[in-house]
Amino acid sequence: MTTTIGHNVDLPERAYRIRRHALRMGEVQGQGYIAQALDIADVLATAYFHAMEYRPEDPHWEGRDRFLLSNGHYAIALYAALIEAGIIPEDELETYGGDGSRLPMSGMAAYTPGMEMSGGSLGLGLSIGVGMALGLKRKGSKNRVYTLFSDGELDEGSVWEAIMSAAHHKLDNLIGIIDVNNQQADGPSTEMLGFEPLVPKLEAFGWFTQRIDGNDIEAVRAAFDAAKQHPDPQPRMIVCDTRMGCGVPFLEAREKSHFIRVEEHEWQLALDALDAGRTA
Amino acid sequence: MTDTTARAPEKVRLKTSAMIASIAAEGQATKPAPFGHALVELAKSRPEIVGMTADLGKYTDLHVFKEAFPDRCYQMGMAEQLLFGAAAGLAHEGFMPFATTYAVFASRRAYDFIHQTIAEENLDVKIAAALPGLTSGYGPSHQAAEDLALFRAMPNMTVVDPCDALETEQVVPAMAEHRGPVYMRLLRGKVPLVLDEYGYRFELGKAKMIRDGADVLVISSGLLTMRALEVAKALEADKVAVGVLHVPTIKPLDTATILKEAGRTGRMVVVAENHTVIGGLGEAVAGVLLREGVAPKFRHIGLPDEFLAAGALPTLHDRYGISAEAMSGSIKGWL
Ligand SMILES: Cc1ncc(C[n+]2csc(CCOP(=O)(O)OP(=O)(O)O)c2C)c(N)n1
Ligand SMILES: [Mg+2]
Repeated sequence: MTTTIGHNVDLPERAYRIRRHALRMGEVQGQGYIAQALDIADVLATAYFHAMEYRPEDPHWEGRDRFLLSNGHYAIALYAALIEAGIIPEDELETYGGDGSRLPMSGMAAYTPGMEMSGGSLGLGLSIGVGMALGLKRKGSKNRVYTLFSDGELDEGSVWEAIMSAAHHKLDNLIGIIDVNNQQADGPSTEMLGFEPLVPKLEAFGWFTQRIDGNDIEAVRAAFDAAKQHPDPQPRMIVCDTRMGCGVPFLEAREKSHFIRVEEHEWQLALDALDAGRTA
Repeated sequence: MTDTTARAPEKVRLKTSAMIASIAAEGQATKPAPFGHALVELAKSRPEIVGMTADLGKYTDLHVFKEAFPDRCYQMGMAEQLLFGAAAGLAHEGFMPFATTYAVFASRRAYDFIHQTIAEENLDVKIAAALPGLTSGYGPSHQAAEDLALFRAMPNMTVVDPCDALETEQVVPAMAEHRGPVYMRLLRGKVPLVLDEYGYRFELGKAKMIRDGADVLVISSGLLTMRALEVAKALEADKVAVGVLHVPTIKPLDTATILKEAGRTGRMVVVAENHTVIGGLGEAVAGVLLREGVAPKFRHIGLPDEFLAAGALPTLHDRYGISAEAMSGSIKGWL
């Protein structure tokens, strides 16, 4: 058997389950970047259950597509996807963020199967992605590199160096995904360091660029397909506008901040709210 | 659960690798945002002061300054290299930027920018860098174990590692008084208040005896001076007299005071630092002693030369030997 599990099987259900795993991890610690996990769940569901090749039982399989989590503080979201993908056992989510856990609050390659880079220091992932994409080509591999990063990371000069480099090297095996949730540590991204208009900017930098509603899972699926099928020798970017807290209406409605507080009694309410939306 | 050694029951302890963890012990006196409030006070009489941050105003107490002087505060976005390059530019134009980020990003991400645009021209840029040493459980990305080594090695840079809220307040005007760049390890949020009890006053470039003791001399800075004072109190019970020499200015080093105190016969010298054992206060003190032929029994408490783990801060401080309990144990073992 080469690949993969559940491709094309009910992506909304996968996204729901990823959100659920993430909420349960948040509940374990009483904290976590849960609003970000909820906003990116549809993208991760599509990456892991529609777009990517991998073997759950062999996370280092040479024939896998690479997935880089540049925004390491989103680890809770990726752990949820890795659990759903069968790379991490589900009961391990009880250890999230605890001493000695394989699931630390910030994503690090040495700790977690399926985590391909150590994040935490933002703005590094796309450079690694350039190198991996060059390396895969050098090996004659047909695999792709997916790099997820946050809109805050667009502030870092290093990201734009990598953006130029990927186009320069015609890295058609590199797919970037930006989570534009319009939020950073000190406030809304657009008030920190303006990066719009993103699409013409990225196009001018030589990327095949799509901008979608990152919480419309059909649109996400179509964008991943188009990114893979695009014929020209250039890197591909999917700019995803997302809603923090998506899937849990009362969190989505909460005043936006980098670290959205969830009270102890609210985790169960959040799980209930998520379940209620599942059938809707 | 049972233990052969008699110990107090395990306190309820933090068990998470969270980014921000308080360094204050339960029930300890604290002051909120001492850096932010001191900067506001100072800026009232120094119109050239401006605040700058790289998307970490809320996490470096610079938001206090921003609230007081919104038009004197620059949000640079999460772009640390830009932060320090632009700070250099403002300094060129006669302003005095206080620029804040985390210690890891000031030291690792922006090092060349600080070296070339600020230090090389001896510009008046004041750097306040939060989460110094091992004060985050988040893993190596946020643990600035080597910041002192890096900034010590930079010509023109003055390096300060305050112990508590009182000292932080006093360092801020001293940074502005000093001509040239200063790197301050920033304690933020609710910061412990310790040194008031000892009638302490900060002077840039001066090491100070906080308490005397005939058996052991702990030479320390920052958080570990706070710990050393706890150790000194704890070891009184074992009839071990521990003196504490606090060295908040890591560079330039107060070699005269260090030589005088370390030269007193019969005392074991223990340098204790919240920093890798490479290139920080320990090696600085060792070098001074060796060059001047002062040779007390010498021991060193610091972080190991390895990528530190993610985990709860109390767990990590125990594991790496910089909790008060671990330090007491080491010192007793060396006597
Ligand atoms: C190089 C670097 N600088 C600063 C930080 C501190 N930091 C952590 S998250 C964050 C906000 C970054 O924006 P984004 O990832 O878009 O935030 P979110 O959407 O999660 O609120 C900052 C400044 C960091 N981790 N890395
Ligand atoms: Mg964001």
